Amino acid sequence: MKNSEHEIVYKGYKEFFNIFIHNKMAVAGAVILGVFITVALMGSLVYPFDLQEFGTAGDVMNPPDRSHLLGTDDMGRDVLGNLIAGTRVSLLVGLLSTLISMILGTVLGIYAGYYDNIISTIIMQVTNFFLVIPWLPLMLVLTAILGTSIWNIIFVIGMTSWPGTARIVRAQTLSIRERPFIERITAIGADTGHIMVKHILPNVFPLVFANTILVSAEAILSETTLSFLGLGDVSRSSWGMMLHYAFESGAASLGAYWYFLPPGICVVLLVLSFTFLGYALDEILNPKLKRR
Amino acid sequence: MNKQYVLKKIIYSLITIFAVLVFNYFLFRIMPGNPLQILMRNPNASAEAIEKTREMFGLDKPSYIQFFIYIKSLFQGDLGTSFLYKGQPVAQVIGNRILPTLLMIGAAEILAIIVGIFIGVISAWKRGTKIDIVSLSFSLISYAMPTFWIGIVFVTIFSVNLRIFPTSGMMTPGLSYADVIEKSSDVIKHMALPVLTMSLLLIGQYALVMRSTLVDVLTEDYITTAYAKGFKDDYVIKKHAVPNAMLPMITIIAINLGLVIAGAIQIETIFSWPGIGRLMYDAIKSRDYPLLQGIFLLITISVIVANLLADLTYGYLDPRVKSRS
Repeated sequence: MKNSEHEIVYKGYKEFFNIFIHNKMAVAGAVILGVFITVALMGSLVYPFDLQEFGTAGDVMNPPDRSHLLGTDDMGRDVLGNLIAGTRVSLLVGLLSTLISMILGTVLGIYAGYYDNIISTIIMQVTNFFLVIPWLPLMLVLTAILGTSIWNIIFVIGMTSWPGTARIVRAQTLSIRERPFIERITAIGADTGHIMVKHILPNVFPLVFANTILVSAEAILSETTLSFLGLGDVSRSSWGMMLHYAFESGAASLGAYWYFLPPGICVVLLVLSFTFLGYALDEILNPKLKRR
Repeated sequence: MNKQYVLKKIIYSLITIFAVLVFNYFLFRIMPGNPLQILMRNPNASAEAIEKTREMFGLDKPSYIQFFIYIKSLFQGDLGTSFLYKGQPVAQVIGNRILPTLLMIGAAEILAIIVGIFIGVISAWKRGTKIDIVSLSFSLISYAMPTFWIGIVFVTIFSVNLRIFPTSGMMTPGLSYADVIEKSSDVIKHMALPVLTMSLLLIGQYALVMRSTLVDVLTEDYITTAYAKGFKDDYVIKKHAVPNAMLPMITIIAINLGLVIAGAIQIETIFSWPGIGRLMYDAIKSRDYPLLQGIFLLITISVIVANLLADLTYGYLDPRVKSRS
C-alpha cells in the first residue's frame, strides 16, 4: 500500500517535470530566476566589491569604464556592486514576505472555508476589509509608523498581501469539504485537525503554490516602490534604494542612464520571471481553471 | 433594480467606512505610543502644534472618549493641523490638491479605456495570432515595470533628450497672468508625461480584461446564432459581442482605483505634479502624521464609494446580479 502510494507520487513528479520543461513560459521564468539566485549567492565571489567604499569628487556619477563596469553612483560607489547586493535584498524580501502571506492566507482560508461559525465570518469580513483598502497607501502608512527597517518592510508586505490567498483558499476548501471522501473520512472518525492537514491542505496546495509565486512578484515590486518613496532601509542597498538615490540626485536629468536603468531592468526581469512561473504553474497544476 | 439590493450595498459600505475610521484611529494613536511622542520626535513640530494636538486628542481622557472626540471632529471636517504646512488645517491642505489629481487621473483613464478596449478587442478577435501575442506580452511587461521607473525613463527620453515636454510641475512659473488659451496649453504640455505614464499602467490591465471577457462572450450561443443569421464578422463583434463584454469593464475600472492611486503617488512624485499623491510623498518625507492620516482616510473612503457605485451600476445594467446575490 505504502509502496504504491510512493510510486504514484514519484510518477506525478516525473509527469510534472515533463510538462514543465515543455512549457516555454515556465522554462523562461525558471532560467531568469535561476540566474538571479546564482548572482545573489555567488555574485560577490566573481565580482568583489565594497559598498562602504565611497569615491572622491572625481569618481561621482562616472559612466561605465574598466574599473567600474556599470559606472558609479552619486556617492562614487560602484553601481554593479550595489546591483548584486540589491539582488539579495529583493530575493530576501520576496521570499520572507511571501512566506508570511502564504501561511496566514492558507491557515485563515482553510479555517474560514471548513468551519461555518462566527470566527470564520469575522475572518472573511477582515479579508474583505483588507481587499478594499488600497494597498500602497496602507503599506506606506504602516511602514511610516513602524519604522523603515528591512524586517518591518517584510512584515508590512506580508501582513497586507494575504487576503487574496485567503479568499482563493477558502473558495477551494468550501468545494473540497462537500466532496464524498471528506464525508467518508469523517464517518470513520478522523478528527478535524487530521482532515485539514492531511486531506484539505494537499488539495488546496497546488492553487496556493501558483498564487504564492504571483504574490512574490508583487512583494518585490512593493519593496521597490516603498524604498523609492523614501521608506526603504537605508542600511541596505536594494534596487529600490538605488532608484531612490538616483531620483534624488537627479540622475535622469543628468542623463546618467547607467545609474537608473540597471536596477529598473533587474526589477522588471525578476518580477517577470515570477509572473511567468506563476502563470505556467497555474496552467500545469490547475488545468481545469484555465480552459481558454 | 430592487431596493433591498441597493440598501444592502449601501449599509455594507457604511459599515466598511466605519471600520476604516476605527482602523485609522488605532493605527495612528495606539501603535507607536501617543501622538505627542511622535510630535516631540518631529523636528518640524512647533510648540503651538503640540499644544493643539494635546487639546484635540484629549490625551488626559480615557481612550473611548478620545475615540468619540476623534469621530466628532471628523464629522466637523476637522482633520487636525499639518506640521509641514505650518499651522494650516489638514482639510484645507488636502482640498487644494484634489483638482490636479482628478485632472491627471481623469485624462489618463479616458485614454487608457479607449486604447485598452481597442487592443483587447483586436487581440480577442485575432486570438493566437502575432498581434495577440504582442499585446499579451505588452500587458505582462507593463505590469512588471515599477510605475515610477517608467516615469524616470520617460523624463530621460522626452524631456532631457528630445526636449518635447517639461520635466515637472503643472505650470511654467510666471504664466499665472497669461490668457486662458496660453495657460491651458501650458498645463496640457506639463500633463502629457504624467498622463502617458499612468495610462501605460492601465492599458495593459484593461486590454487583458477586455480580451478574456470577449473570448468568453464569443463562445456564447447567441454569437453562434448571429453568425448563423449570416452577419459579417466585424458586425457580430461590434454589435453583439462588445456591448456584452463591456459589463466587466465597469467593475475592473472601479477595482483598479487602488492601482490608479498607487500609480498617482509614484507619478506625481516623479513629475512634481501638485496633487494628492505628491502631497502624500511630502507628508511621508517629513513624517507629517496628521496630514498622512487625512490623506489615507480620503483615499480609502473614495475607494469604498467607488466600489459601491460600481456595484450599483453593475446591478442596474445587468439584472442577473441581484437575483444571484
